[in-house]
Amino acid sequence: MFRWFHKLASTKNFYRLAEIMTPLLAVACALLIGVGLYQGLFVAPTDYEQGESYRIIYVHVPSAWMSMFIYMVMAFCSLLFLVWKMKLADIVAEVSAPLGASFTFLALVTGSLWGKPMWGTWWEWDARLTSELILLFIYIGYMALRSSIENKSSAARAAAILALVGVVNIPIIHYSVEWWNTLHQPASITKLGKPSIHISMLIPLLLMALGFTLFYFVTMLLKTRNVILEREVNSAWVRERIKEDRL
Amino acid sequence: MTDVLLQAQNLSVSRGELTVFERKSFTINTGMLFQLQGDNGSGKTTLLRAICTLIPLDEGELRWRGELLPAAREQYFAEMCFAGHADGLKGDLTAVENLTSTLTEHTPTVIECIAALEKTGFTGRDDLPCRVLSAGQRRRVVLARVLLSQATLWVLDEPLTALDASGRELVGKLIEEQVGSGGSVVYSTHQPLDVSGFPLQTLALSD
Amino acid sequence: MGAAFLTLLKRDLTLAMRRRSDWLNPLVFFVIVVSLFPLGIGPDGSLLSEIAPGVIWVAALLATLLALDGLFRDDFDDGSIEQLLLSPQPLPVLVLAKILTHWLISGLPLVLLSPLLALLLQLKLQALPTLLGSLVLGTLSLSLIGAIGAALTVGLRRGGVLLPLLVLPLFIPVLIFGSSSVAAAATGFPVSAQLSLLGGLFFLALALAPWAAAAALRISAES
Repeated sequence: MFRWFHKLASTKNFYRLAEIMTPLLAVACALLIGVGLYQGLFVAPTDYEQGESYRIIYVHVPSAWMSMFIYMVMAFCSLLFLVWKMKLADIVAEVSAPLGASFTFLALVTGSLWGKPMWGTWWEWDARLTSELILLFIYIGYMALRSSIENKSSAARAAAILALVGVVNIPIIHYSVEWWNTLHQPASITKLGKPSIHISMLIPLLLMALGFTLFYFVTMLLKTRNVILEREVNSAWVRERIKEDRL
Repeated sequence: MTDVLLQAQNLSVSRGELTVFERKSFTINTGMLFQLQGDNGSGKTTLLRAICTLIPLDEGELRWRGELLPAAREQYFAEMCFAGHADGLKGDLTAVENLTSTLTEHTPTVIECIAALEKTGFTGRDDLPCRVLSAGQRRRVVLARVLLSQATLWVLDEPLTALDASGRELVGKLIEEQVGSGGSVVYSTHQPLDVSGFPLQTLALSD
Repeated sequence: MGAAFLTLLKRDLTLAMRRRSDWLNPLVFFVIVVSLFPLGIGPDGSLLSEIAPGVIWVAALLATLLALDGLFRDDFDDGSIEQLLLSPQPLPVLVLAKILTHWLISGLPLVLLSPLLALLLQLKLQALPTLLGSLVLGTLSLSLIGAIGAALTVGLRRGGVLLPLLVLPLFIPVLIFGSSSVAAAATGFPVSAQLSLLGGLFFLALALAPWAAAAALRISAES
């Protein structure tokens, strides 16, 4: 097990694996999102309270999930990097940050768009939207710190510490914002993503969530490959590939 | 009897794409003087800071009395003293206040500090804050701090900077005493130091 | 270990006494920011007393932030950070001494000054004990959490601009529980929940922040 792990951790092996995996995942991702969108937009029934506008959840909810999931991936990779000095983990954390920030931004925009027909305002200080907004700030802080430290190896470790500090804080922030929200508004507004969702609405949602996850992995692998090439441009195997025009 | 203090094996440090130095190996024993030579920008300071574990190594390992660094950091720091480029003196404190606030194992008393300052030929007024002292005087305060640390290993980055002829002579004398009493000194310089009678090792760094 | 802690504490407090502007400026900033609100909103007493908890807390948070940049900056500039890093004492303990100094010269005066500002904003008198208590616990946590950000950015030329971006999101739970405790006290509701949550945050920060800040400081000193 450990050996396998160690082998994967070598950037060269990972590059090869990513090369094989990317097209497979990309096809699966396109299928899932295609079917999910069709099911969500055309097959799933109209909500009797919100009408058609609820259908934005098929983008909003998976984006919100991804924004959290990607941060967890980043934090886990940061731990791997700090403790076991796995360079690959650092690359994954680095390329994941902008992806996570994009999903967070998407969740915010779709949440705001959804808010207009639901609440009549473009922005409601709803607990989840507020949490997403703070998460976006945390992503931006991570990327800003990373880009402003010139020495790459220092930047990687400083960013990893920040990611871990963030992962301790995110549940606390989430909880405190929820608490703040219930304090200031009695439960008159139904939250996004109701717990009792009909199965015909749930299936497309899960398809979309899986599709988004695969989309993240595809883009992450593509970007990771780029960074590996960039960082190891002087190594023998990269030179060989460049010579053979096989990147 | 000589003990092995610091062993460096294949040290490599790079900054970004730029390699500062590669595969430097050396051993520092007790009673030994170790001199780093090289022009400006040859990586002397970086190597000294790497020895202090202030800069992470790309490759290679450092051992203090056989124990791997930086894991054995605390034992190491208890027995070493570093005087770097920046003098680490607080401009708003007087010389004695600066010395009594060092964070070594044993906090020096005022009397010990004054004695050390006298030994290093400090002639500045001790009621003045360090920021009004001349560079040479500040350097002598730093030397007093090194003396007070009672460390086995001194790591000195350009100890002769800003010192006049008498100051340079003094540094030579202090180093002689330290090495003579079983300690060792690592220092970087671009001018030769007048110390004799001890095994001197030189590591030359070049671009 | 305790001796080194005290030595460093004493040194930094002496330095702070000799450079009063370091800690006086954030205090003046605190007062000015709070007095801007009535000017911006209007002198309506009931509105002011309603927003007073939030305003005082946000101002306290910003004032803490203002003082944070200097936490390790001077040590970094004069090279004494190297002596700190090469001390045989555990670095988190030394970092904790620096954080405590930061609180003593920025957080504590803020707490002591807050009744005056509560007066300016016509906060109800019954909320005063809670204001003091929550500010003590809260500003301690802010100093601890902020130290991580200060340690991460101290090596950067423009670190002062980045620091708020890193630490303000992390300050949010303290702000929420702190200001809501004062608001609850002003309207006569119990405040034990908020204060114990603030206490919990403080202990969590105390347990983790010195280690994170120490690790960050070593990385910042590499340049």
